[in-house]
Amino acid sequence: MTAYLLRRTAFLVVSLLLAAAVLFLLLRLLPGDPANSLLSVGATPDQIEAARHQIGTDRPLPEQFVSWLGQLATFDLGESFVSTLPVGPEIATRLVVTVPLTLLSFVLAVVVAVPVGFVAAHKANTWYGSILSGVSQLGIAVPVFWVGMLLITVFSLSLRVLPAGGFPQDDWADPAKALTSLTLPVITVALVMSASLIRYVRSATLDVLGSDYLRTSRALGSSFARAMWRHGLRNAVVPVISILGIELASTFLGAVVVESVFALPGLGGMLVKGLAQHDYPVIQGILFVSTLVVLVIGFVADLVQRLIDPRLRHSLARDAR
Amino acid sequence: MNRKTTSLIGAAAALALALTACGGTGSTSSGGGGATAGAYDKDATIQIGSLYEPQNLDNTEGGGQGVTEAFNGNVYEGLFRLTDDGKVDNLLAQDYKVGSDGLTYTFTLRDGVKFHSGKALTSADVKYSIEKVIAPDSQSARKSSFAGIKKIETPDDHTVTVTLATKSISFVYNLSYVWIINDQAKSLTTSEDGTGPYKLGTWKRGSTLSLDRFAGYWGTAPTNKQVVFHYFTDATALNNALLTDAVDVVTSEQSPDALAQFNGNQNYKVNNGHSTTKLLLAFNDRKAPFDKPLVRKAITSAIDNKKLLDSIWGEYGTLIGSMVPPTDPWYEDLTKVNPYDLTLAKKELTDAGYPNGFEFTLDTPNYDPHPTAATFIKSELAKVGVTVKINIITADQWYTKVYKNRDFAATMQEHVNDRDVVWYGDPDFYWGYDNPQVTDWVKQAEESDTADQQTALLKKVNEQIAADAASDWLYLYPQIVVASSSLSGYPLNGLNSQFYAYGIKKSA
Repeated sequence: MTAYLLRRTAFLVVSLLLAAAVLFLLLRLLPGDPANSLLSVGATPDQIEAARHQIGTDRPLPEQFVSWLGQLATFDLGESFVSTLPVGPEIATRLVVTVPLTLLSFVLAVVVAVPVGFVAAHKANTWYGSILSGVSQLGIAVPVFWVGMLLITVFSLSLRVLPAGGFPQDDWADPAKALTSLTLPVITVALVMSASLIRYVRSATLDVLGSDYLRTSRALGSSFARAMWRHGLRNAVVPVISILGIELASTFLGAVVVESVFALPGLGGMLVKGLAQHDYPVIQGILFVSTLVVLVIGFVADLVQRLIDPRLRHSLARDAR
Repeated sequence: MNRKTTSLIGAAAALALALTACGGTGSTSSGGGGATAGAYDKDATIQIGSLYEPQNLDNTEGGGQGVTEAFNGNVYEGLFRLTDDGKVDNLLAQDYKVGSDGLTYTFTLRDGVKFHSGKALTSADVKYSIEKVIAPDSQSARKSSFAGIKKIETPDDHTVTVTLATKSISFVYNLSYVWIINDQAKSLTTSEDGTGPYKLGTWKRGSTLSLDRFAGYWGTAPTNKQVVFHYFTDATALNNALLTDAVDVVTSEQSPDALAQFNGNQNYKVNNGHSTTKLLLAFNDRKAPFDKPLVRKAITSAIDNKKLLDSIWGEYGTLIGSMVPPTDPWYEDLTKVNPYDLTLAKKELTDAGYPNGFEFTLDTPNYDPHPTAATFIKSELAKVGVTVKINIITADQWYTKVYKNRDFAATMQEHVNDRDVVWYGDPDFYWGYDNPQVTDWVKQAEESDTADQQTALLKKVNEQIAADAASDWLYLYPQIVVASSSLSGYPLNGLNSQFYAYGIKKSA
């Protein structure tokens, strides 16, 4: 296991470095001059040149890349071209919104999707099994912003029970208030996310239900519940966990839309603004941190799978030899 | 009331009395919106919704429109204040004198003014603040207005003397944009040290910025205890916030379709003020076919601006027919100079040598309302045989292609500032309008001895550029402030993105 961990960690670091290089280059390939966003109509050519010099885009690319890597090595994400403020601390303040939003939506989606998906599979031949399955199909087709706007219309504008958007100025100082602000966004993301999760849980459960080992276990006298608990669940959960990892990562990255609909000060809004202004340090910083998060999620999902599934552990032991 | 205030402003004591008598701070109350005059909550928190978050908190370091909105007059004060109806009042300058040569300005500073940090205002702070705007690395949009400053001296703590290289009648007006900052202040991109009626509470980036009433303010205390700016990127989210009482007022409504839900609702008031933002169809006056005034006039006459304005803003907005909005002293209605008239347009095209029309590319910024307006222009010009190819570009491309490289035939752009007709006196500006007579008038206007002289000359400038159809000024944007009915005393015009909050009252 130690050898595996070491190898997996090395893989993580190499992936990060590669991602950093790709990020840096792709951004520079985009047409546009970041100095433009510093200026307004009426700026003189001198001011334009001064702006370019100030942000360092007049230096050769390799030099800019090396200086960025040097900053990264010291956990410094640099300073925004536009605001001149450090990027790292701003990302940290944005994560205070985006991380809870992602995790809460994720937990809610799992809590909803696992039983529903199970029932949809177990009762696949009944009318409500079909309805559950159909509704989840519909859920996949519905865009996030539409669900958000619908919820706002009902719960904020008509019933007036929940805020239409925004986040408390003092963040989590009053957790109840912060949670209230996150309620609708979390429900929005969780609804859309659980729709696809239900599909995965359903198909994993269907596989297990039709399996020989479950039939054998039942033949040996186990109750359905006991057979499912001892054999079915462990087998069904493995593919679901790898999907969960991907879903979690895509929720984190997809927060842009829901943050804009609910006016949440999260990472997504910061990224969109950075892109509009060609603010390289901001874009690089966010994408780098996101890449890190996604890689770590994948890493953890792998580990969890191995802990649950002895077959993976054994293949791993063989690899190590 | 503003005139009255201005005349009284000489003596500090008299000023304080005048303000108290008027029941509000000088500049906003006459233009202030809302009907309520009754009891108000002196310790209210005013929630303000805006689409313009500051980039940072320093307007010489690229803070942008957002920091002007939140800080001008609220946190920082200038020697002078541009009031909501476009007049210039003394503020931190108690008085000033201009030397007989018109080049030396001597400012006497107001007594008893303290920065939020507690330090007393001295002439050194004023010198520092002006130098900050004209410094080589300054990103201030106003930098070029101060190119004529030769030296700044501080004979004593209460006096500042500025010597100019050439006469500049707008100098005092321009100073209303210079924040007076404590010369010892540090990290101004994230904090502040001004003299205004509010000090910065907290700025939560991407979300809110709060201002708290400053107990040591030299003037009349604000009529509320705190204001919180809430920033939105989505106009719908902003309107939802107003509908759910999360915000009390929206500084500038940018979504015409949303107005219906506030109009006719007694809980809200929709205020139609004067903006200074003009939507331009700017020709490249250097290059054929737009180097001929007759062609530009023909194009201008072929586009029904009224129909365009109606389709975008409904009943709001104004046609001005020139670069000068009604809040500028040299405004006159020039919509008749190049009237909408297809027959005239066709005749002008024929006279200019284009009886069969021509084709040109219109570089159109990709954000509203430009693409809509471009499509409209295309269909209008088709009627006189002119073919428009619409080329959608980003704001960034606009700066590079149009503004810097002048590589365009015609473009669309919003010009937001007041008093910006003077750009037509600069042949090097992106649109390349080059009329030596106009350049000379603009220069003379700036060097005038009296405001009347300046006004007369700039009127001539405006008439001339309209006669030459230097650009097609499609329309003047509306400035719409939507507020809860419980609010009063808010600024209506928001000139140059300012939003004075100190006179806002929330009914108890």
